[in-house]
Amino acid sequence: MESQVLLSVKNLKKYYEIPQGMFKEKILVRAVDDVNFTVMKGETFALVGESGCGKSTTGRTILRLVEPTAGEVIFKGTNLATLPYDQMRSMRKQMQMVFQDPYASLNPKKTIRQILMEPLRVHDKFDKKERLQKVISMLQIVGLSEYHLDRYPHEFSGGQRQRIGIARAVILQPDFIIADEPVSALDVSVQSQVINLMLELQKEFGLTYLFISHDLSVIQHMTDRVAVMYLGKIVEIAETEDLFNNPKHPYTQALLSAVPVKHPKEEKSRIILKGDVPSPANPPSGCTFHPRCPFAMEICKSVMPEPTEFEKGHTANCHLYIKNEEEIKHAVIYS
Amino acid sequence: MLEKILQVNDLRIQFKSGKETVQPIRGVNFHVNRGETLGIVGESGCGKSVTSLSVMGLLPVKSSKIVSGEILFNNRDISRLNEKEFRKLRGNEISMIFQEPMTSLNPVFTIGEQLSEPLRQHKKMSKSETRKTIITVLKQVGLPRAEQIIDEYPHQLSGGMRQRVMISLALLCQPKLMIADEPTTALDVTIQAQILELLKDIKTKNDMSLMLITHDLSVVAEMCDRVVVMYAGEVVEEAEVNELFDRPLHPYTQGLMKSLPSNNERKSTLFSIQGQVPKPSEIKEGCVFANRCPFAFEKCLAETPPAFKKGEHISKCWLQEPALEEVKHSGEPSIVIS
Repeated sequence: MESQVLLSVKNLKKYYEIPQGMFKEKILVRAVDDVNFTVMKGETFALVGESGCGKSTTGRTILRLVEPTAGEVIFKGTNLATLPYDQMRSMRKQMQMVFQDPYASLNPKKTIRQILMEPLRVHDKFDKKERLQKVISMLQIVGLSEYHLDRYPHEFSGGQRQRIGIARAVILQPDFIIADEPVSALDVSVQSQVINLMLELQKEFGLTYLFISHDLSVIQHMTDRVAVMYLGKIVEIAETEDLFNNPKHPYTQALLSAVPVKHPKEEKSRIILKGDVPSPANPPSGCTFHPRCPFAMEICKSVMPEPTEFEKGHTANCHLYIKNEEEIKHAVIYS
Repeated sequence: MLEKILQVNDLRIQFKSGKETVQPIRGVNFHVNRGETLGIVGESGCGKSVTSLSVMGLLPVKSSKIVSGEILFNNRDISRLNEKEFRKLRGNEISMIFQEPMTSLNPVFTIGEQLSEPLRQHKKMSKSETRKTIITVLKQVGLPRAEQIIDEYPHQLSGGMRQRVMISLALLCQPKLMIADEPTTALDVTIQAQILELLKDIKTKNDMSLMLITHDLSVVAEMCDRVVVMYAGEVVEEAEVNELFDRPLHPYTQGLMKSLPSNNERKSTLFSIQGQVPKPSEIKEGCVFANRCPFAFEKCLAETPPAFKKGEHISKCWLQEPALEEVKHSGEPSIVIS
């Protein structure tokens, strides 16, 4: 099957400036620093990382809810990063977002009817009479009913609200949905319902997801390819199964080993990382992971590693794998 | 025979909301043995946090009331103590770690000032002794540069470090029982692994009992000796941890385990429990889980099941009725098997 590139992100950067006073130099926070990846049509691409690693900012920059500092976002051949505002707005018909917090992302003063009607009205889709029909059928698809139309968000539980959030995104029949931690605010039993809904919708409407999450078990379950982010940079990209079976980057290895066990009898060898994620305002030199890396070498402190490709589509940015005379020994040991 | 450090018997708590009263805790029974880790699992709104607050005596005075039942701590009923008596207990013999490390520290006091509070309250110590004790405890929870951190403010620390400070705060007076209410929920996986490791470590070192409240079954698998599963204000199952993961008896527990993504094949439709948790005001006669249970039959809708016991494995489900002998808790309606 020939897969088609739907979205490609090239050298995307988002820097925030923190003013330090009139004559002092501003501090630059590199929230997203030189991120590259492509998303194929129909696949679920995951961005995973700890809080503050820039995964949500990446998602928002793609939709230009946050303006990128530099780089290109090419969606179906159009560079979104330089598109004027109104054209970008109409582009959003094809790309929608599901937010993390189902309690904060629905307007409490609007009924479900108004919430779901708004995207149709803004993008002028369908006839006015048809719209209501569309809203009702969408509600049924996500497991609610016509009877809920005139209720307000506070009357729903977390899981139901997230269904409404998903309905609002899917009602425009977009090609691409960015889901920013859609299930992390939900309980286990509700979480599985929402994941099922997302998988169903993907089959039914042929959606492509960019799935942002920190929950590795959800990622393992529902995504095709994963990019692991650390401090604004992607450190490893691989197919999901490949990544979980054969993680290359020391950070990915530590992240996977930190996932709690499934059964009390399961023994797990843990790589416990020391310390916390450094501040993106003052990232370490060289490889940003080197202060916490158990395999850090001299070169890691000064030189930023370039991506190394292993099999097709599996790359990691780590000096351990760069075929260098001195390092080749380490690479053999740890790979 | 293991010594029971905490025993909760048939606890019922009522809340006033407006003119109505709701009863989110309806007959909770469990105990914590000395030196063990008891996990309390349940989804949001099942009453696990309210239960732990009642043990700490932190329920809002005006709007809540313990209707019946008792909380025995070292064989002394603490459920009806007044504020002054509770103060002697809190932070001294029982202490608590809260969920949000970001909001549970006061932003306008330094770490040292906040940590000296329980010592001032419970121990007679000079200022320099207090400082020394705090630094030792901060080092014990694995904080680097404890001598400096003691004079820093909470905003200068990261989430994981703040949770460590919270743990040290709970540890200061060497409590016999520590209650941890979702201690790692707000943290990242790598930090979570650090904190869980730390909790295990200090529990053995200080010979404490730990009551771990969580919604995450994998945290339970990692940490606990025994588990209590709560649903809609009731304990529906109680068992030793391996037993619970090998042979969950209550359909709710089974459903929870089956719905974890890691227990399903990749990309397949996840198992999910249909419907949602009933609101406290919607609970009627019969089993609380009956409306979502795949095995429900007439009896489930008509009568509330008692707790059935099979060795140390207790579950509140009519399915267990024929095979198991029934235990009678005080206040529990006893059943007549026809």
